[in-house]
Formats: sequence, C-alpha cells, structure tokens
Amino acid sequence: MNGVSAIPLEHALILSGILFSLGLLGILLRRNILFVLMSIEVMMNGAALAFVAAGSRWGAADGQIMFILILTLAAAEASVGLALVLQIYRRFNTLDTDAASEMKG
Amino acid sequence: MEIAFYLAAAVAVISTMMSVTNPNPVHALLYLIVSLLAVAMVFFSIGAPFAGILEIIVYAGAIMVLFVFVVMMLNLGRATIEQEKRWLRWQAWIGPSALSLVLLFELVRVLHPIGGDKHMVGYGTIGAREVGMALFGPYLLAVELASMLLLAALVAAFHLGRHED
Repeated sequence: MNGVSAIPLEHALILSGILFSLGLLGILLRRNILFVLMSIEVMMNGAALAFVAAGSRWGAADGQIMFILILTLAAAEASVGLALVLQIYRRFNTLDTDAASEMKG
Repeated sequence: MEIAFYLAAAVAVISTMMSVTNPNPVHALLYLIVSLLAVAMVFFSIGAPFAGILEIIVYAGAIMVLFVFVVMMLNLGRATIEQEKRWLRWQAWIGPSALSLVLLFELVRVLHPIGGDKHMVGYGTIGAREVGMALFGPYLLAVELASMLLLAALVAAFHLGRHED
C-alpha cells in the first residue's frame, strides 16, 4: 500500500488555510446560529489538518495527539452549543442570532 | 498517492464552499459530512490512518449526527430556507469575502518561503500503535484533562437541554 507519496508540506498547510478561511467566511456571513456552529466545526477541522500534516512531516505522533484533543474539544463544543441552540429556539422561536442580543449582563 | 491527496483536497474545498453557502440546513450538513470524509481521505494519503479513522467515526459519525438530530428536532422547513435566502443577499457577501480572502492571502504568502522539495509529507505511516504509546505515555495528563472537559460538557448539555416546566 505505502507507495512513496511526496506531497509538499505547504500544500497540506494551504489546504488547511483554505478550510479555515471558508469557516471564517461562514461565521461572518451567516445569521442563523446553527450555520455559525457548523462553520466553527469547519475552522477546527482546518486547524486539526495543519497539526496532522506537521506531525506527518516530522514522523512524530504528536500531531495526531493534538488532533485527538481538538476532536474532544469539538465534541464538547458541539454538545453545549447545540443545547444552547435548542434553548434559544424554545425561548425566542427563531434561530436568528440578533434575537438573542437582549441577553445583556 | 499524490492524486488521492489532490482529489480529496479539491472535494473538501468544493463541498465546504457549498456547505457554507447553502440556504438549506440539511443540504449544508450533508455537504459538511462529505467535506469531513474528504479530509479523512487527506489524512489517509499523508500517512495518518488513525486520524482518518477517528475523523470518520467521531466527526462524521457522531458530531454530525448530533447536528442532524438537532435539525430534526427544530423542524426547520421551507420558511427557514426562504429566510436564509433573504439573509444571503449579495450585499452581505462583500465584507466577509474580502476579509477571508485577505486572511487566506496572508496565510499562503507566509507559507511560500518554506520551499517545496525540502519538506515532504507522507513518506512514513504513523499508525494507531505509535499514537497510543504517546497518548498514554507523555500525554497522560492531557488525556485526563480531556476526560474532565467531556464530563463538564456532558453536565452542561444535560442542564441546558432540559425543559423548564
């Protein structure tokens, strides 16, 4: 299986940069809080790709360790964020982030 | 294996773009799942099979199913799609696209002087064995902290998700 594949590290890092920028675009563009959460997942995925690529460059397992920690963070963030989405929908009957702007203090 | 990397990268970028711009929540989620599977293929092609398998099982299998469940519970219908289309006018595109493009340009520009031939990725494979040895050796404290984070998230999701009667 393992043919020598020679992919430059910077191509993998550029891919992760593109994914990160697309996630940022989604966060800035969307008003629906569900789409904002999805864009945050995209951004974390891009960052995780950078870690795994760098770990693969140096032949070390540390990059994948960091990927597992990012995965844990993403799971925790998604569960809490989606619970908040359900609460906001129940309280304001909409998913507009502007509707939640009355939560001051 | 190079062709696998570049194909999967193209699929990941295109499906992420569709996911970010789609007004339908379910379609956007499905595009996002395709994007995550493509990134898993990228992991396989750069010699990180354990990360690829975890990406499929945990990201595409568990987190995205959580999103799908929430979309089902919210019962988002045609009204949501119309609302999203109203919100996604072309005036709303200019600022975010410009800012993201500037950031992407800077990232690519910073990466440029690395030099293509010196740093290659994917010569060797780092399997589950090496990752497990490192995970439960020097990174044991990080594993414990991650378990506490998951416990806190579990309690928080239980507390926030219940009905107030």
